[in-house]
Amino acid sequence: MTLTVDEIFDQICELIKPFNKKNVTISKDTIFSVDLELDSLTVMDLLSEIEDEFDITVPLNILPDLETVGQFTDAVQKLLANK
Amino acid sequence: MTLDLFEKFNPILNEYNSLPNGEANPFTVSMEKVLSPTTAIINGRETVLAGTNNYMGMTFNAECMEAAQEALTALGTGTTGSRMLNGTYNSHKRLEETLKEFYGTKHAIVFSTGYQANLGIIATLAGPKDYVVIDADSHASIYDGCAMGNATVVRFKHNNPENLDKRLARIRRDDPKAGILVVLEGVYSMLGDQAPLKELTKISKDHNAYVLVDEAHSIGVFGETGRGVAQEQGVEDQVDFIIGTFSKSVGTIGGYCVSNEPKFEALRLVCRPYMFTASLPPSVVASATKALELIANTNLRSKLLGNSMRLNRGLSRVGFEMGTTGESPIAAIIVDDQNTAIAFWGEMIKEGVYVNLALPPATPNRLNLMRCSLSAAHTFEQIDFMLEKFELVGKRLGLLEEISESALA
Ligand SMILES: Cc1ncc(COP(=O)(O)O)c(C=O)c1O
Repeated sequence: MTLTVDEIFDQICELIKPFNKKNVTISKDTIFSVDLELDSLTVMDLLSEIEDEFDITVPLNILPDLETVGQFTDAVQKLLANK
Repeated sequence: MTLDLFEKFNPILNEYNSLPNGEANPFTVSMEKVLSPTTAIINGRETVLAGTNNYMGMTFNAECMEAAQEALTALGTGTTGSRMLNGTYNSHKRLEETLKEFYGTKHAIVFSTGYQANLGIIATLAGPKDYVVIDADSHASIYDGCAMGNATVVRFKHNNPENLDKRLARIRRDDPKAGILVVLEGVYSMLGDQAPLKELTKISKDHNAYVLVDEAHSIGVFGETGRGVAQEQGVEDQVDFIIGTFSKSVGTIGGYCVSNEPKFEALRLVCRPYMFTASLPPSVVASATKALELIANTNLRSKLLGNSMRLNRGLSRVGFEMGTTGESPIAAIIVDDQNTAIAFWGEMIKEGVYVNLALPPATPNRLNLMRCSLSAAHTFEQIDFMLEKFELVGKRLGLLEEISESALA
């Protein structure tokens, strides 16, 4: 069973909720560091949740290229495809 | 986009510029004179050093100083060369022999700092097809070793065996033949908590991974002969690489890695932070060698841990929120508000106690800490002096309630 991009996006939004202290509306263009004001450590903690939710390995190496929720979603989709 | 390379630093500069001026600025303080491992003159005032990592008080040990002075006179101020080119003296080899004896291992490589040992070993051992799996609260040198190398980097929840197990299982599921290096620390320096090495090494071995333990803060402090937490927890045979530093218990500077891996010596030929930097000066090598001998043969551990327990208990008793338990040489109180933490540091230095102000992101769970690292060289009088000042400043800044007259009576 493969998840659609939208399903992945929705699941990631769910995981972001506890980190979204200011209740910002999340879109694919939401930038972690700017819109959600998450520091790099918090993004790593979120990444850990994503790994367990989707049962994938998300290497820290790709973090510098992931600024937005949409980029995160695409990365998860790719990693799921390679599983 | 900007042409200004420095623009990206504006946020941190703004924060820096909002710090108090003068004596109370934690980033401009310097020591006019160092009187002993535990005292210095700062701002013209005799000050108790409460956060030095000088766990054994080795910096002024008479035998270490004598060895360093002899080496300085005999061999000069520096080697001016890398270990590969002109920079290996007999004494460097002797230091490596001493490390092998200390740990009972077949191999030892000395680096110019512990930071470089982590950079070099992690970045070199784990290649492009391999994985490095690190604890979330790892020291910067471990994160930087990962950044410098080409391996896939995976992070697990601090000291959480189940979380590590999940990650290793996933890596093995997707990549059954990958080389995996799990990197742990014996003692995590901010809060002094030990890694549960029994569980973590067992899980790593179950998944056929190598284990590296950074014992920077545990050499001399834990284990029957001071080898660290792996010795204390009885799992040395499960650990493939131990990294350490001479900059704390050993009282000087330098780093090392010891191992029983048959091909370990190959690292001397490929490890860039070993090859492309000058080797340690002879005086440093001499004092490190002497200090290792002393650490192996004297037990300062109970004195050190007794000191730490006294400070931890005292701080807890007067009502501070504690980050530590007293089972390591670290004593840290948690200060919720960052500006109060900065002010706390300033008041302490004015009262004659130099503690460490530790702020996020260098701290776990974004804590603001007033952190002390104790020394076996501290006297109970010095610890009681620290306690008196902590209590005084805590009340002054409203972190502790004033004790009422009746409670005192
Ligand atoms: C866990 C850990 N590893 C490595 C180092 C680096 O040691 P050195 O001071 O020798 O570079 C430190 C010191 O800050 C440390 O705490």
